[in-house]
Amino acid sequence: MSAIERARTPDPRIPVSPQLALRVAIIGGMAMVMFSVIFFRLWYLQVLSGEKYVQQADANRVRDLPIAAPRGQILDRQGRSIVASVTTNAVQVIPSLLPAAVAEQVAAYRKRLYGAEAGFRVAQEKLQRYESEIKSGAGHADLAQRRELRRLQSAAQLPSVSVSPLPASAVAARRLFGRLGAVIKLSPRTIDERVVQGMTAVPYANVTVKTDAGLGPRTVLGERQSEFPGVTQQPVSIREYPFGDMAAQVLGHVDQVSPPELRLRAFHGVRQGTVVGQEGLEYYYDGYLRGVPGVQRIEVNAEGYPVPRVLAPTAPTAGRSLKLTLDLGLQRESEKALLQGIENARASGKPADAGAFVALDPLNGEVLAIGSYPTFDPNRFAKPLTPAEYKELVGSGSASGPLTDRAVNGAYPTGSTFKPITAMAALEAGVITPSEGLGAGSCISVSIEQFCNAGHVDFGAVGLVEALKVSSDTYFFEVGKRANARGALIQEMARRLGIGSTTGIDLPSEFTGVVPDSRWRKQQNAEELRCRQRRHVSSCGIVSEVRPWTVGDNMHLAVGQGDLLTSPLQLAVAYSTLANAYVDGGVGTVVTPHLGREIDEANGGLLQSLSFPPRRRVHLNYSDLGLVMEGIHEAASQPGGTSAAVWAGWDQAQHPVYGKTGTAQHEPLEDQSWYMAYIADPKRPIVIAVTVEQGGFGAETAAPIVRLMASQWFGKPLKFIGGSSKTF
Amino acid sequence: MPLSPIKPPDETPVAPPRALRLPFDPLLTVAVVGLAICSLVTLGAATKNLVPGHPRYYVDRQAIYLTVGFAFMVVLSRVDYSQMRKLKNVIYAALMFSILAVLGLGHAARGSTRAINFPLFSFQASELGKVLLILALAAFMVERSRHLRERDTTIRVMIAALVPAMFVIAQPDLGSGLVYMVVAYTLLFAAGTPWRHLAALAALVAVAAGFVLVAAPAAGVNVLKPYQVARLTAFLHPSSNPLTEGYQQQESKIAIGAGGKTGRGANASQIPNGFVPESRTDFVFAAAGEQYGFAGAGLLLLLYALLISRALRVLVMSKDLFGSLIAAGVAAMLMFQVFVNVGMTIGIMPITGVTLPLMSYGGSSVIATLLAVGLLQSIYVQARASAGLKGRVLRY
Repeated sequence: MSAIERARTPDPRIPVSPQLALRVAIIGGMAMVMFSVIFFRLWYLQVLSGEKYVQQADANRVRDLPIAAPRGQILDRQGRSIVASVTTNAVQVIPSLLPAAVAEQVAAYRKRLYGAEAGFRVAQEKLQRYESEIKSGAGHADLAQRRELRRLQSAAQLPSVSVSPLPASAVAARRLFGRLGAVIKLSPRTIDERVVQGMTAVPYANVTVKTDAGLGPRTVLGERQSEFPGVTQQPVSIREYPFGDMAAQVLGHVDQVSPPELRLRAFHGVRQGTVVGQEGLEYYYDGYLRGVPGVQRIEVNAEGYPVPRVLAPTAPTAGRSLKLTLDLGLQRESEKALLQGIENARASGKPADAGAFVALDPLNGEVLAIGSYPTFDPNRFAKPLTPAEYKELVGSGSASGPLTDRAVNGAYPTGSTFKPITAMAALEAGVITPSEGLGAGSCISVSIEQFCNAGHVDFGAVGLVEALKVSSDTYFFEVGKRANARGALIQEMARRLGIGSTTGIDLPSEFTGVVPDSRWRKQQNAEELRCRQRRHVSSCGIVSEVRPWTVGDNMHLAVGQGDLLTSPLQLAVAYSTLANAYVDGGVGTVVTPHLGREIDEANGGLLQSLSFPPRRRVHLNYSDLGLVMEGIHEAASQPGGTSAAVWAGWDQAQHPVYGKTGTAQHEPLEDQSWYMAYIADPKRPIVIAVTVEQGGFGAETAAPIVRLMASQWFGKPLKFIGGSSKTF
Repeated sequence: MPLSPIKPPDETPVAPPRALRLPFDPLLTVAVVGLAICSLVTLGAATKNLVPGHPRYYVDRQAIYLTVGFAFMVVLSRVDYSQMRKLKNVIYAALMFSILAVLGLGHAARGSTRAINFPLFSFQASELGKVLLILALAAFMVERSRHLRERDTTIRVMIAALVPAMFVIAQPDLGSGLVYMVVAYTLLFAAGTPWRHLAALAALVAVAAGFVLVAAPAAGVNVLKPYQVARLTAFLHPSSNPLTEGYQQQESKIAIGAGGKTGRGANASQIPNGFVPESRTDFVFAAAGEQYGFAGAGLLLLLYALLISRALRVLVMSKDLFGSLIAAGVAAMLMFQVFVNVGMTIGIMPITGVTLPLMSYGGSSVIATLLAVGLLQSIYVQARASAGLKGRVLRY
């Protein structure tokens, strides 16, 4: 540029006039105002509210990923592991290290997914609008409207969006997934689908391709890392039930927390995706077992993708151990014994399709063994179940499946095992005297109904002790008939001993039980009538016929039949009460049965002993109780006793057995076999309840199982001795 | 560093005779050099993740723009600005031509057509237009210096600014159009237009704004593009729609606020992780605020205050009215852009797409601003020369 010479023509030149000075001052003043506004605003934002905005910025950039805490162990009473958490390796892929073709797939998939979701929302809105249109219009929808409604309904379904296959040109990705699939035994297509769906759902996290890859892939992937770019292995803790189906119903199983569960108070503060207990003890003690998950903090950008910066993670805290009252040896032998009893019953042509057992320490309510057949392997829940598998586990219709804990949730009449309770009630109320002979003949008639002994045997008129020993039904029918005149005597005794209400065991659910009396009958009748009216049906099935309480009902109850429903656990509590009163001069402690003994730290130190105070104490007449106990002791030990044959060779002096058989009738099905026993010992007494559905007479099937369990508990030789008594 | 062959010319020529040394306004120079350094430092941290594999992509380019701009500034400072008065028609024609050319040939970026793409450079006419308009309007007013108090002059000046402003707003570049109008108003103000006229203009603006924002949409006529209305209203209630218009401003406020007293430095996340869109251009102040906190933002404000105070000082010391008016126009342009731009990043002004002079990434804005500063330097030099305060004999 050439030099521009100094201006020669004189320009109109203004000196700084007062007017200009004023106006410049105004401009300068405005600049000052402007700068002070900005300055104070910045002061407010940065100095006064800085902390708040740092939090907001962190909320923007940091995504938390939980690090699962290893779940606490479940131990038996001696500290032997029953349920453990084992560490295995999950195979994951790191999205940012995958070939670019996968990211393109993700983008395409996400686009289609969002498109489908948008379409779904539009269709739903359309449907809702149409529905409200019809509703606001007068009367019912006509045929065309209903057809249109159906069309809209079928359109308003969330379509499933599939992952488009990898293009043939994506050689690197195809090769990688092919190689990986060969190692972890998945098809490359499955791997690709999991990766794309995972990356779409949570773009900043690694995608788990296989949860439990096992040892083989661990070594292969570890040694040949360079062949698997973007593939990594993460140690994960999974639940293991080393004893398989043992005590499966009480132990429960684990699974990821479900959305409805997240709203429960029990799972307050649990993050989505956490593995929690689903049933049984795993559920009941979940708060102790699950531990506190750690947090892996990932920094993301505005698109939600991770940026390469490492934020310090928070380590997880392992869950606490739960020590149970269960005795591993007794538990395993009991399950074996139950199976043996069932097989034995089947060999003699009975269906024997289900059964349960409970063994209690009567002094404190500790559950020493508990089990239910059929059972299942909780390890099956480690993988998603098919609907068919799930249905098989839950059971269909009235037949409950393996998931049902029959020891706690079984609802059964008890048969003659109820007789000691009837006897106690009648003696205390003075309805009978011990020596009075009753029940002569093989049957009793009340109005038009016949009440007979099993096989129409005639025991003659017998006293109380003998009636219990031989299990004379006619005797107890007579007692039931007499008691009915005095009201709900038997029912009250049953309730005092612990039947007909929940026991308070530390499990998520238990059967309440039914002890029928005239009030109960009235309630049921009223409910049935209400139901019939509401649903316009001839019968709701709450009661088979609407009729008042009869003396016959009470007579059935006296022998543990009729409308009585209870669980093996409740009956075991009732027998424990009797046993406690027997050793304690008539003061019967109604214990709270429980499985939890103590909570231990993950490293083994005791954290907290669990205490289950007894429900209450009942006062029984000691001499009456003595007679009842004598009766059931003779039944198990004296020739002619219903279960004496089963206990042949048992040292009754060392460990006297107080045992009662029971045979509950379920016409037209095979009878249900019952046996209840209290075996005294100064140090380790035990109450055992065993039942086998459709197992035949009590002495045949249930009693030998109890003998096997008792033999294991007291260290005697294990012998299966079938009884032959054919009494109810 | 792949810097262009363009080198900043030595501000002191090789072994010049003492008498030839050019007196720059030292404080003005300190302000612009300081802002240029701040721009490079801020962009360096804010844009390192934007182009994968090229962390210095934007810094290098901004450095080139600044170098070219400083070259232009030095050259302009040695030119006697008063000669440009004679070229006023050429300048105004160039202004109109470049703006119309953009409308005709322009390259659309994010829905607006603001620039013409040349092989190495995309030319944003509205930025250069600010400087051209200042020159043309100042020259026009000097010509009518005897009629400055007449209504006719006021109207003509406003129309001369309004025509290019309308075309620029149609691009649409609302921010630059507003700068044109503010420049014209300030020139009138500085030239001594009667208060009456100024008040009438202000009232007219208020009525027009009410019409554009309230009355016309109610009547079904949209003068502004929907996004412009949305931005303007989003500023008034920022949390009502945080995912769209309000989002940018909300994230910008979070970035600046999170900067705290001394900034987050390497811990910064809002800008490097891309939570604030346009953080290298319109929202560069948010980047500075997050990285360097109140201290850094305060330093920037001080540099701008220095720059504007020097522009006002040059206004007062100019040897002629033409120089004073140019200085007034430049001061108005800088004040408006700084206030509106910083104001929008801290949530006290609507989002109007005004760049932050010298800080925002972009060649057109940087070079246009440095041309304006070059004019200030020239006025300063000429004033010094004519007043004979220093270096009485100045040879070119």
